[in-house]
Amino acid sequence: MKRKDLLGIQELAREEILEILDTAETLQEISTRPIKKVPALRGKTVINLFFEASTRTRTSFEIAGKRLSADVVNVTASTSSVSKGETLIDTAKTLDAMAADCVVIRHSSSGAPHTIARMTKARVINAGDGAHEHPTQALLDALTIRQRKGRLDGLKVAIVGDIAHSRVARSNAHLLTKCGSHVWLCSAPTLMPVGGHELVTENCEFLHRTHSMEEALQGADIVMMLRVQFERMDESFFPSVREYFRYYGLTRQKVEQAKPGAIIMHPGPMNRGVEIATDVADGPYSVILDQVSAGVAVRMAILFLMLGGQSS
Amino acid sequence: MNLVVKNGRVVDPARKIDAVTDILIRDGKIRAIGKADNADLPQFDATGLIVAPGFFDIHVHLREPGTEEAETIATGGAAAVAGGFVAVAAMPNTKPPNDNPSITSYIVSEARRSSPALVFPIGAITKEQKGETLAEIGEMVEAGIAGVSDDGKPVMDGRLFRRALEYAQLFDLPVIQHCEDLHLSKGGVMHEGAMSARLGLKGIPAAAEDTMVSRDLILAEVTGGKYHVAHLSTRRAVEMVRAAKAQGMKITAEVTPHHFTLTDRAVSEYDTNAKMNPPLRSQEDVDALRAGIADGTIDVIACDHAPHHINLKMLEFDRAPFGITGLETAVGLALTQLKLPLPRLIEMFSLNPQKIMRITPWGVFEGSGAHLTVLDPSRQWKFDVNQSRSKSRNSPFHGWELKGKAVGTIVGGKVVYEDRK
Amino acid sequence: MALKLSYQLMTAAEVRDTLEALADQIVSANGGRPVVLLGIQRRGIPMAQRMAARIGTRTGQQPQMGMLDINLYRDDLTKVATQPVVHRTEIPADIDDKDVILVDDVLYTGRTVGSALRALIDFGRMRTIQLAVFVDRGHRELPVEANFIGKKITTKQTEVVEVRLAEIDGEDAIYVMEKT
Repeated sequence: MKRKDLLGIQELAREEILEILDTAETLQEISTRPIKKVPALRGKTVINLFFEASTRTRTSFEIAGKRLSADVVNVTASTSSVSKGETLIDTAKTLDAMAADCVVIRHSSSGAPHTIARMTKARVINAGDGAHEHPTQALLDALTIRQRKGRLDGLKVAIVGDIAHSRVARSNAHLLTKCGSHVWLCSAPTLMPVGGHELVTENCEFLHRTHSMEEALQGADIVMMLRVQFERMDESFFPSVREYFRYYGLTRQKVEQAKPGAIIMHPGPMNRGVEIATDVADGPYSVILDQVSAGVAVRMAILFLMLGGQSS
Repeated sequence: MNLVVKNGRVVDPARKIDAVTDILIRDGKIRAIGKADNADLPQFDATGLIVAPGFFDIHVHLREPGTEEAETIATGGAAAVAGGFVAVAAMPNTKPPNDNPSITSYIVSEARRSSPALVFPIGAITKEQKGETLAEIGEMVEAGIAGVSDDGKPVMDGRLFRRALEYAQLFDLPVIQHCEDLHLSKGGVMHEGAMSARLGLKGIPAAAEDTMVSRDLILAEVTGGKYHVAHLSTRRAVEMVRAAKAQGMKITAEVTPHHFTLTDRAVSEYDTNAKMNPPLRSQEDVDALRAGIADGTIDVIACDHAPHHINLKMLEFDRAPFGITGLETAVGLALTQLKLPLPRLIEMFSLNPQKIMRITPWGVFEGSGAHLTVLDPSRQWKFDVNQSRSKSRNSPFHGWELKGKAVGTIVGGKVVYEDRK
Repeated sequence: MALKLSYQLMTAAEVRDTLEALADQIVSANGGRPVVLLGIQRRGIPMAQRMAARIGTRTGQQPQMGMLDINLYRDDLTKVATQPVVHRTEIPADIDDKDVILVDDVLYTGRTVGSALRALIDFGRMRTIQLAVFVDRGHRELPVEANFIGKKITTKQTEVVEVRLAEIDGEDAIYVMEKT
């Protein structure tokens, strides 16, 4: 990987995206072996620096690193210590002092990984920053889609949920439009970002927005449901869970509006009964578990492409 | 202080002076304008330079008392004169806030002791700037305030703001409002638009400023108060001010150099030196501000100098405080970015600020305090933030090549700043 | 780095004949026991495929086949600064007690084979691991030798041996090139 850091999908070229997916596909086989390990990243130090709690993503990165024989260390930095005046620059200097080869950062402030990446020699992977981007999620979603649908172009993808606050929606919007698929962002008016029609900077005509779930789901090949955060109700984004589920929750009837054979995706963790009905989550077209397996493969690919070359 | 300012092009549009001549200063006051052969007195050679009534920045945060690690009255004053300003008006959001005469007196006396620039304190509108009850405005006037504002914050309560507009008239004080509906802007850290959507940062909508400007203009009309809009930043607000002035209302408005120079694109790398309130907005807003400067809708350029200790600006974008410094780049940016006729520039930096604030004015006339700004409109220079006289370094203009600079600042006849090539 | 043709080592006919000869040697050496042919990416794979076809014709039993990408097992000295593309690895599931024949086009320093052996350790306990190569060009840096060799030549370290196979390169031939 020529670039030092993976901070977002926005700056990636289509070729870079495909390189990661192709590599992920070949590495996926390692997870099927009786001994799930190759020595490719032996002696490399990968630090998971999570300022925001996440068992799922962190575990996925940990497994990915270990399958490549890297030394993976988990650091849960609590934001409360940072609020006592510790700056990001101290964090970056500590990483260099520990000779980390790669740092995986999740932070609740958009742009925090960018700031740290500028200040450290280690290669930085953004595991989710605020509402900005979650590039590895979009990549694993793309791998899942490609494996199920055979391609990434010419599809209709509906992304339904709290678009305004979703980094998953942004990263997927960038990736799928770059690859030539039409993305339909769907949410209540209160949860659609202002200026959202300019959310992507290339292939803008592939990005659509609607408040109508019917319009979004009509003929969709892929339905991606986003997690709703309950705190949004306190800020009057929508009046109640019941009302949200009625208009924006995914039920079996609504799934029938999509194309036959459409797949249902969710980045997890799910709020059953809020954005997705239980029978849909566990139904035959849900690929939620495939996404988890793709996640390990994609993260292995990124770590391998970043660290698998010559030691400098 | 005695001084002869020799051979400069003296320009004072208010007194209709534009001529190459000398200014004789004795005991800190201008005594004569015209050829002066007083070789016995100290000379300031202004050949090839412009000599104007001293520039006055009416929106500056000096951080003393309370946050002296970011700036003091002394260092803020030093930065001011380095930017060509003979005087600044200091906003009251210090710790404790300037909402009573003892803080006002402290600022006045400390400025006298340590600041090379004149400092006119602005008193708070409400006690502790809480927006609940009026501060002791009259007593602060006696202690020396030149205006009132709750800057940093708006006065949200319409009824209270109306009272302020009415009461301040007793003292002919301008009431300066930082226009921001805190409910609409809640949580926002940059302009709400395509850029904030892409960067995943919460936006401050233009509507937060516009709704309050709209409300305030109505209250100003109803009360006849002397209303001044701080740091205009939106197209709609400019339009509303223009319409109000066309109706003959005596309202005034200011703009900062960063608002007529930069857009929200400056945030693209999450640079906290591009974070301030009101935020950098869209190109459409910048164009409207420039049009407002050109047609007289906007009266004053004031830089909203807001120093912050470097540690605070090294935080995540969300958590970094709002504000950038500006005293040393204001004149350079105005000369480089705007193509203003010289009289208009002097109006915006000197004549209009003096008309708005409650101060004893100065200019090029006999008996005036000898406060002069010397400009070289063709000087090419590069702003190096590390050489700044401010204690703080939070400027987005580091490394900018500018054309035009204040090369001399004279306060009370004393040359407090000089930059000879 | 540019390459200039030094000489042609084998023609298309010689390539085909050599592959058949290698296949026959493998059958005799293994006393008729079933073998697993593992092609090392990339050219080892079409080699193994053709040899498997030959063995199938000769013995009536198609041997099991697999492929191995050693890019995940390179040692520090063979790692490349720019990332090589990782190709598929497919090893048959029941590899214990089988005779595995690694198939590669050129045997040079021996490090590729070393990496392949590191890879195979984690897949099970094979009865034997044997090595079949098209060309052995000398200059070993590890104590590795092939069991079955198509042709043994001496080369200079400024030379490159290029094995071309129709499935990948559109023709069957072996060239020795000179780095200029």
